[in-house]
Amino acid sequence: MTPRAATTVRFRLFVAGESPNSLQAVANLRALCDADLAGRHEVEIVDLMQTPERALEENILLTPTLVKVAPGPVLRIVGALTDRDVLRRALSLSAGSKSR
Amino acid sequence: MSGKQRFATAGVAKCPTGIVGFDELVGGGLPRGRSTLVTGGPGAGKTVFALQTLVNGAKDFGEAGIFVAFEEHSRELLANAASFGWGLERLTPNRLFVLDAQPDPELMRSGDFDLKGMLAALSAKVRQTGARRVVFDALDVVLHLLDDPQAAHREIFRLRDWLLEHGLTAVLTSKIHREPNEMGREPSRQPDSYLQFIVDCAVVLNHEAADGMSQRNLRVIKYRGSAFAENAAPFVLGESGLSVAAGPSLDRSVAATTTERVSSGIPRLDAMLGGGYFRGASVLITGAPGTAKTSLCGAFAEAACRRGERTLFVSFDSGADEIGRNLQSVNIRLNQHRRSGRLRLVSPSSGGASAEMQFSQIKRMVAEHRARHLIIDPLSALALPGNLETARGVVERLGHWVKSEGITLLATSLLDGSQPEDEGTPLQISTLADTWLHVSYLVRHGERNRALTIIKSRGTQHSNQVRELVLRTSGISLEDVYTAGGEVLMGALRFEKEAAVRAAAAQAALEEKRERVELENSTMELMSRIKQLERELALKRAQRESLGVEAAKRAKVRAAGEADLKQLRGADATRRPKRQARP
Repeated sequence: MTPRAATTVRFRLFVAGESPNSLQAVANLRALCDADLAGRHEVEIVDLMQTPERALEENILLTPTLVKVAPGPVLRIVGALTDRDVLRRALSLSAGSKSR
Repeated sequence: MSGKQRFATAGVAKCPTGIVGFDELVGGGLPRGRSTLVTGGPGAGKTVFALQTLVNGAKDFGEAGIFVAFEEHSRELLANAASFGWGLERLTPNRLFVLDAQPDPELMRSGDFDLKGMLAALSAKVRQTGARRVVFDALDVVLHLLDDPQAAHREIFRLRDWLLEHGLTAVLTSKIHREPNEMGREPSRQPDSYLQFIVDCAVVLNHEAADGMSQRNLRVIKYRGSAFAENAAPFVLGESGLSVAAGPSLDRSVAATTTERVSSGIPRLDAMLGGGYFRGASVLITGAPGTAKTSLCGAFAEAACRRGERTLFVSFDSGADEIGRNLQSVNIRLNQHRRSGRLRLVSPSSGGASAEMQFSQIKRMVAEHRARHLIIDPLSALALPGNLETARGVVERLGHWVKSEGITLLATSLLDGSQPEDEGTPLQISTLADTWLHVSYLVRHGERNRALTIIKSRGTQHSNQVRELVLRTSGISLEDVYTAGGEVLMGALRFEKEAAVRAAAAQAALEEKRERVELENSTMELMSRIKQLERELALKRAQRESLGVEAAKRAKVRAAGEADLKQLRGADATRRPKRQARP
């Protein structure tokens, strides 16, 4: 991966159609980005019901799965992303809006 | 049972696993288009069972398969499986696809999730490869990720629906750390206990150690709509994977019995048996150590190979080369047949492997060698400590198996003492034998000699005579024995007796010749006397003849004289005509 602006966080979120936990994950990720990463995030949403081969390519078996692609290291979090504190810790984001 | 059996064959389509012995237990295979749960402790063989079902499906039944590995990495899995020699490397991913589905140990969770993504991916794979079989190996791993039992329940039913939708024959494996509840009647709190409810068939694999010897068995605890063997069936995890010992009651196919005889390799023994062993019979040779049991095996092997029949000789006691060399001393040449490939002589170690394992190895070797005759020397090697319990069953099944394959079995067993009828071999192997030979030592006058007896030989007239088994550099032979004062004579005593008998015979022959000459002489004498007497008789007859003629003349003369006299006297003249009186 070619590093972009060091401050831009790139996410890929794998979902399975419109299942409740997938919809929840999308909403929760949006909320997190708006709160903590406004203007410095990119999100790609991959629906495995539409492109199932990508699950094999990227070894995604549980949905929803959030992959933090950049900056490294690559990180995976499964689930509907309901607990924002867990997410913050995992993404090394402090509560509030501290940038790095 | 038979009613259930009929229902089974009519109702449930079967999907063969191709696992030796297993399909027989369940009347043909796993329920087709349905799921089977395989549970067991760690290392019980669940993964091998599942993978073998897929590999056999792809190789032998033309059914592509998908293996979803939750526990083992596909590289490790395939590396381990490579040792089974299934030719896995020749199966392209289109025929056997392995999906690495190990959860990342660093995986972080936040909130609810499900298996939809994976199932969507697998649906694509099923459409692409046309897979008919699928394995989810170590489902417990993924179910335990779902810390909410409700979620686990939901995902299990999602999986069931997905399997039914695709009509796949599935094997789901799951670890258990304790004996399962009988028929799952008392569901535990473990999320995977729900698995019992979504499957049509459930198999439990057990692995335990008895006296330090590994013993494995499996038990089918449920099979919807089908009969199955309910008892635990022993199995082995051998070089070619898992093979199940099907009980004899379920495998009664017996090769056509034959009256054809095969030579024992010893002409005189063949004669005693009425022509040799029956082809396809089981022959047991018992005896104390050193009673030439192995030599009898060698003689049989050599004779079979000379007829061009492939033979497997399993020797637990000595190495293959050692046997080849030792038997040369009694003129049994096995090495040439080993070189030609007709004879396979193997000497597996008898220790360290369970009787089941040994049996399965023997079966594999017989199949590989396409052997028509099997020699196991000694069979009692299977019953080493720790194996005794299973060895009995193994030996019984060995007997049934060779019968069903039409293989002639020659097995030896160590047996001390000279009274084989009181036999207490731990294996009770004598019951499997059609023909039972016993070799014992008779010790008299500082000699130890071998005596061979036929204790039984089913379906054949056989000699009840004890014979002395003699090993010479020219070969093995059987000699008559003599009984003197109720005791059997052998060795030097037999030799002395034989010499005496030979001398007596020569004497008798001489005597006879003399007598014949004498008789001939007296016959000649008598005949000449008869001739002389005949001559005398003829003479006498002649004399008697001439005597009659004279008498007649004399009577005539006298009559004439009387007539003259009457004429002279003139008497009776009126009564007698003159012409009569005067000639």
